[in-house]
Amino acid sequence: MAMAAVTPLHPRTAPLVRAGTWRRWAGFVVASGYDPHPDREYAAIRSAAALIDISPLYKYRIAGPDAVRLLDRVVTRDVTRCRVDQALYTTWCDGAGKVIDDGMVSRLDDTTFLLTGTTPSLRWLSMNAVGLDVALEDRSAATATLALQGPLSRAVLERVAEDDVASLRYFRLMHTKLAGIPAIVSRTGYTRDLGYELWVDAERAVALWDALMAAGTPDGITPAGIWALDTARIEAGHIMADVDYHSAHLALIESRKSSPFELGLGWTVSPDKGPFNGRRALEAEREARPRWRLVGLEVNRESVERLFAEHGLPPRMPAVPWREGRPVYRLGRQVGYATSGCWSPLLQQAIALAHVRAPYHEPGTRLTVEWTVEHRRRQARARVVPLPFFDPERKRA
Amino acid sequence: MSASRYDAIVIGAGHSGLVAAAYLARAGLRTLVLERRPVVGGAAVTEEVFPGFRFSVFSYVVSLLRPEIIRELDLPRHGLRILPLESTFTPLENGDYLVTWADPDETRREVYRHSPRDADALPLFDRLMQQMALAVKPILDMVPPDPTSLAPSDVAGMLRLGKHFRSLGPERFHALYRLLTMSAADFLDEWFEFDPLKATKSASGIIGSFLGPRSPGSAYVLLHHYMGEIDGAFRAWGFQQGGTGAVSEAIASAARAFGAEIRTSAPVARVLVRDGRAYGVALESGDEFEARVVVSGLDPRRTFTELVDPKELPDDLIEAVRRYRFRGSSGKVNLALDGLPDFTCLPGPGPHLRGAISISPSVEYLERAYDDAKYGEFSRSPYMDIVIPSLIDPTMAPTGKHVMSIFVQYAPYHVNGGWTDEKREAFGDAVIDTLSRFAPNLKSLILHRQVLTPADIERITGLSEGSIFQGELALQQLFFLRPAPAWAKYSTPIRGYWQCGSGTHPGGGIMGASGRLAARRILASWG
Ligand SMILES: Cc1cc2nc3c(=O)[nH]c(=O)nc-3n(C[C@H](O)[C@H](O)[C@H](O)COP(=O)(O)OP(=O)(O)OC[C@H]3O[C@@H](n4cnc5c(N)ncnc54)[C@H](O)[C@@H]3O)c2cc1C
Repeated sequence: MAMAAVTPLHPRTAPLVRAGTWRRWAGFVVASGYDPHPDREYAAIRSAAALIDISPLYKYRIAGPDAVRLLDRVVTRDVTRCRVDQALYTTWCDGAGKVIDDGMVSRLDDTTFLLTGTTPSLRWLSMNAVGLDVALEDRSAATATLALQGPLSRAVLERVAEDDVASLRYFRLMHTKLAGIPAIVSRTGYTRDLGYELWVDAERAVALWDALMAAGTPDGITPAGIWALDTARIEAGHIMADVDYHSAHLALIESRKSSPFELGLGWTVSPDKGPFNGRRALEAEREARPRWRLVGLEVNRESVERLFAEHGLPPRMPAVPWREGRPVYRLGRQVGYATSGCWSPLLQQAIALAHVRAPYHEPGTRLTVEWTVEHRRRQARARVVPLPFFDPERKRA
Repeated sequence: MSASRYDAIVIGAGHSGLVAAAYLARAGLRTLVLERRPVVGGAAVTEEVFPGFRFSVFSYVVSLLRPEIIRELDLPRHGLRILPLESTFTPLENGDYLVTWADPDETRREVYRHSPRDADALPLFDRLMQQMALAVKPILDMVPPDPTSLAPSDVAGMLRLGKHFRSLGPERFHALYRLLTMSAADFLDEWFEFDPLKATKSASGIIGSFLGPRSPGSAYVLLHHYMGEIDGAFRAWGFQQGGTGAVSEAIASAARAFGAEIRTSAPVARVLVRDGRAYGVALESGDEFEARVVVSGLDPRRTFTELVDPKELPDDLIEAVRRYRFRGSSGKVNLALDGLPDFTCLPGPGPHLRGAISISPSVEYLERAYDDAKYGEFSRSPYMDIVIPSLIDPTMAPTGKHVMSIFVQYAPYHVNGGWTDEKREAFGDAVIDTLSRFAPNLKSLILHRQVLTPADIERITGLSEGSIFQGELALQQLFFLRPAPAWAKYSTPIRGYWQCGSGTHPGGGIMGASGRLAARRILASWG
């Protein structure tokens, strides 16, 4: 029995964790927060630059003449249209059109791709690769991934990059050197802010961290943990496997599975590409209206305040994002469930991601969501809003 | 000759008989349990075989015990304490090893070392087995309907069953069908590539059967062993504190609390039958006891051909019982040790010794072990499932010493030349020699050893041919065919004579289900 797995950045992140706030993510121990309270780390994401260790993501290198064919067969987006140095956010589905995982396909060159996701995919890829001329390589352990996110992230990066990273457009990537360390830089992220993700050899990860921290000091670069990232990604309306949906491969019962349409990711299902896993089921579903839909909920602040006031208490919002399911009601009848939520410092509002049954998922619909106050299960008023909650121009600028 | 009257007499204080007695007593029946041996428990007994060393002599780990029985009989209050058995350690012949841990992340990392693909497959496989166990679970808790009968309860039962299977949907139904018909090894081949992982998993498919991992039907036995994992009673397999005998003691204590009387060292010679109706039992001592119902917790051979005169029974039933397969294939070696074994591949007293240790380095190894048995010999290099309970429960051995329980396959009941004292020792030597290949210090640690062949198991527990499940868990003798067509609902052709042992649905292991279902049927017919 070995000690829990740590990421290549552990030597740098571990001394920063001041109150033992660790968690497990994809088999690795990572920091929920470095400070006991994530506000400062979150603030860095939205107003300066935050450095986040996202190395636990699963990463697969797919290379060979049939790499495009394999990925195009596996994922729902049209990979034939993915140019070199371009990245696509996509879902991938089982034969019944239920989502197995979501993640990113990046084209490194004509015949080489990187697939990143949140669940192990080697077996699934190799099952789909039968008869194809591709080589699959699990790069998860060999590669560290850092997210550099925030309005000043470009400035930080420019100081260390050998090439013109400033010209890198949204969802594009480049091979370059950062402080002399070879890395892949992609203009992507989980925060819907200006931001980058950096892929680097595991052995060079600490050196890259040090270089970025040094170069970013004038811009207030701040290491941020999963709490801060979670708040940002909920504001961004990004779902997370195992939290907001169950992978179709691991769901014990049918009702735990979701289609891309039900997750609000219908736009990732290409209507005109060639055959791919789940296509027939998804085409049929495109015609019908999905029975469920992932929506945003804005929780009415006054109604929460009233729940507290009944006990003579000042209102308290959750200090860190929550991930336990909460029932969602319409006129006393359950019509859905929220899967993650947080206090959004940016919107000054409690928000949540929720699965809501038709027809109650139309924007503007008034619902209630369970809110426990003083050991009593109550309901707070909430309103369905389109996702994302937050979508600044600078993300694409 | 004294004759005392009871409402119910249960023959045999195996855990099934004890469960039946507890439920009958709970319903207010004046109940007497008669056990041949000085201890209760049958194949679930703890005995101090060597001074200071206590052994779960036969069965050694618990998982299948039905949660409703635990609840309804309030067993935790009567001493049921399950301690964790969380890992499975398989030493390999090339000096490496495989361990699966309780934590999925740790297991993934360990399996990944051997096969990244299998590491991906493992949670998916576990999910399927959970789904399959969920699909079969309702069957465990139901009295098997007779598909050839037009009685309303049978027709309703078959309808319920049909509806249940339709509700599974085609994907799960087909998977279930494959599990029922395939070999464990073929089934696992569809999932995994790392041979020791397949071998270790397929081993649960051969336990208690005269089957190799490549024999069709072994996949079902595999599923049978998953059954305990879904109810959340104790996650998976565990140790009873004080050995499996303490499980039996807990059930006996519950039965007594409901008013049942339990007599040990009271072997029953025969069931008293008059005009096709059972009215009591006669002990070997000559004592007789009368009762309105008599329940046998023994296996079908003893229930139908020894406790009663076969002439009282229809020919087709006697023929079915004659065909019913026991074919004991397991032995047991219990060791009193001076210290802990040191495995070459993973030295030291690590947590891997606290779980199961599986000698199953490859599917071929298991299949070869079976080959020996097929031709009437015990395996020279057998499959072994080993635990060291004293590591978890120090009361089992003197301080600093240990007890090791080794379940061994194959040791065929019908061994060439029959089981003799020399053959027993030769079998014991083969076990120790094989294990010493992986843990060379073993021999120097052995203070005492107890070797049990299927003939010994039969002699001590009464299990015919040493069959650990009171008859194999083979499709042709499961559900409405267990133990015989038309007699799978715990009744017998002799009125007032019932059966409740593991030889009835849903079968073997420390499960208790047959005892509970039998009691339910008896109480339903109580007028
Ligand atoms: C070596 C071995 C290892 C096993 N390992 C496990 C394990 O780890 N986990 C697990 O779940 N299962 C295991 N099993 C299987 C499990 O122990 C049995 O299936 C189960 O205990 C059978 O219980 P039972 O009550 O149906 O029958 P039994 O336990 O056979 O009970 C029958 C009782 O009747 C008594 N009896 C016989 N004849 C007479 C008579 N004429 N008069 C009065 N009494 C009589 C016997 O002494 C016995 O007490 C193992 C079995 C063996 C043999």
